[in-house]
Amino acid sequence: MEATNATPVKYDMDVVRWFTIAAVVFGVIGTLVGVYAALELAFPFLNFDIPEITFGRLRPLHTNAVIFAFGGNVLFATGYYIVQRTGNCSLWSNKLAWFHFWGWQAIIVSAVITLPLGLSQGKEYAELPWWVDIAIAVVWLSYGLNYIMSITKRKTTHIYVSSWFTMGMICMITYLHVVNSLAIPVDWATSYSIFSGVQDAMVQWWWGHNAVGFYLTGGFLGIMYYFIPKQSGRPIFSYRLSVLHFWTLTFGYVWLGSHHLQYTALPDWTGSLGAAVSLAMIIPSWGGAMNGMMTLSGAWDKLRTDYILRFLVTAMAFYAMSTFDGPVMAIKTVNALSHYTDWTVGHVHAGALGWMSMISFGALYHMTKKLWNTEMYSDSLVNVHFWIALIGAVTYITAMWVSGIMQGLMWRDYDEYGTLTYTFVESVSAMHPYYVMRAVGGALFNLGTWIMLFNVVMTVRQANAVRGVNAVAAKA
Amino acid sequence: MSDHDHIYSTKFQDKIERNTLLMFVLTALAVSVGGIVEIVPLFYLPNTAMNGGDGTYNNTQHKDLQGNAIPMDKIIWNPTTSAHKTLADWQPGDGVRPYTALETAGREVFIREGCFLCHSQMIRPFRDEKDRYGHYSIAEESMFDHTYQWGSKRTGPDLARVGGKYSNEWHRKHLKYPRDVVPESVMPNFFFLEKRPVNVERTVKTLKVMTQMPFNPVPKNIYTDEYIAGAAQELEGKTDMDAVIALLQSLGNHVKFEEGVNYRD
Repeated sequence: MEATNATPVKYDMDVVRWFTIAAVVFGVIGTLVGVYAALELAFPFLNFDIPEITFGRLRPLHTNAVIFAFGGNVLFATGYYIVQRTGNCSLWSNKLAWFHFWGWQAIIVSAVITLPLGLSQGKEYAELPWWVDIAIAVVWLSYGLNYIMSITKRKTTHIYVSSWFTMGMICMITYLHVVNSLAIPVDWATSYSIFSGVQDAMVQWWWGHNAVGFYLTGGFLGIMYYFIPKQSGRPIFSYRLSVLHFWTLTFGYVWLGSHHLQYTALPDWTGSLGAAVSLAMIIPSWGGAMNGMMTLSGAWDKLRTDYILRFLVTAMAFYAMSTFDGPVMAIKTVNALSHYTDWTVGHVHAGALGWMSMISFGALYHMTKKLWNTEMYSDSLVNVHFWIALIGAVTYITAMWVSGIMQGLMWRDYDEYGTLTYTFVESVSAMHPYYVMRAVGGALFNLGTWIMLFNVVMTVRQANAVRGVNAVAAKA
Repeated sequence: MSDHDHIYSTKFQDKIERNTLLMFVLTALAVSVGGIVEIVPLFYLPNTAMNGGDGTYNNTQHKDLQGNAIPMDKIIWNPTTSAHKTLADWQPGDGVRPYTALETAGREVFIREGCFLCHSQMIRPFRDEKDRYGHYSIAEESMFDHTYQWGSKRTGPDLARVGGKYSNEWHRKHLKYPRDVVPESVMPNFFFLEKRPVNVERTVKTLKVMTQMPFNPVPKNIYTDEYIAGAAQELEGKTDMDAVIALLQSLGNHVKFEEGVNYRD
């Protein structure tokens, strides 16, 4: 026994390095496309009469790039990293992980080609053509299988909490993707959902909200539960709270999709049920946010010197904020105002920029240091990235909240004669300053990702240079 | 006793955390419940426009002001009972009908160009939406929308009842160069639609696919063999622009709504 313990485990970290670099690169690209799409709404001439880059085709490219290219690569990098480090074991199959890596990048490339060409299934966040959907299912299952089998290989007694959340994500995304993508192909480019109207709407938002709930939240909570304790050097604040967080979130989040369909042609009970469970979800969400934040208790001073920790903790603040914003918007009377407006866009980006990206940046910096066994090329650039990202995110979110609430109020406003005060197009022109402000916020956020790319590239080069010097010694 | 044997929660939770398969199965079960509860009933309950094949649409009953049930034939066009027997004869107010071949081609353009990202097709039962767009949308109106197009964002106005509100010529101008007609608009110029002929082969195949759908397929007595055979001719010489205008003009005038009737219960 003693002998095995003394032998260091050989981790499969090469694939993790590649996922990490891919995540950093797609962080830049995904947000850049977003900034351009935002500029098109502020200055429509930027569509340049080129069909491939009109807003209607660019927006899906943005959402797919940030969710599946950036978010996906972050999840897979951290997932493979965490499952090995917490289980004290290598991956079940390194080869399958490489298949996963190249398969996923191929899917991203196919998205970059097909979406500007106008291939779309007409469902938000599920626009990709049917044959890409099949590829996604295969590659996703290869990840799921590899991840779960790697858990069974662990040398520790218990499964670490991060892996609970990742398992939840693997199960749920499989259900969602398969059911929501059920379609009959007409030809290679076109297909139509087997569901229609009411049923299709419910299936779509069951997918739409739980892609957020399990992929963009569950998966990233796995990141939170590993990297905050690691970076701060403190154990998780409360184990019991994490048990509560996991089971309530896993069971409860699934019910929220219908709050996207309040006051539509869906039966009323569905939206009301979604609203009620949405409100209840404040409890696990805030419990989880507190769990992450309080992990720092006794170590708050580290925030002064540890810039990576700043990202991780700020992410928890945004997580708490957007999980409060969300349930408020799910209340039917609020939703009557907020639905169809920019408020929704603001809410999504409070989560995406503030929570999901911030926790990703923190984890990516942390992993870069560990994976290349070095310090960051520049710590102060990490700090610069942090402040630019924070200012960019807050600018973006504020612009969208204000414009969203304004839109909602303008649409429902009546004058003293009992007629609508504003025409629709008056609300459009009133949005212009906020659309500019949003583009500025997004551009700042994008600038931050460029800084990160530079910093990570320089760090890797610096590490490789050192390794080159020591290579002979290392081999011997 | 080592720290690993100490149970910090419950015995059951501890057991789950030690057993990959158990945790996987319980997680897979936990995440399945909400979706089943919210989705499955929509295939069986009334007022979801699901055609069970018996003509009652899962016992949907809209009642007029006297409390009498409105025949579903008045809501959803039935060529057998209607005075108008074919898609070509169908008149606004005859009830919800599937899309014509040209409108189907228009739907493909609508989805391709991502129109649904900025334009909803779902009017909610509020006073301002009634004044701005018209009667609230009901489930039946989108029952043939395979890949529903309700949308989630109104960067531009709702289109659920845009049919007949503007002339074809207005739509053509507006789609080509929106700011020529509405200076404040932020919509991209879709002038290129006029240069593209509709994809006839794809559209004809789409009509066939719509009759094969497992849920709410288009009835064969509407998309008859003759209709599908004649579709290519209807599409001959049409452009994507013609198609999308035909689609827009077809939206929202299918059902004749009666004032004061509650169509939502």
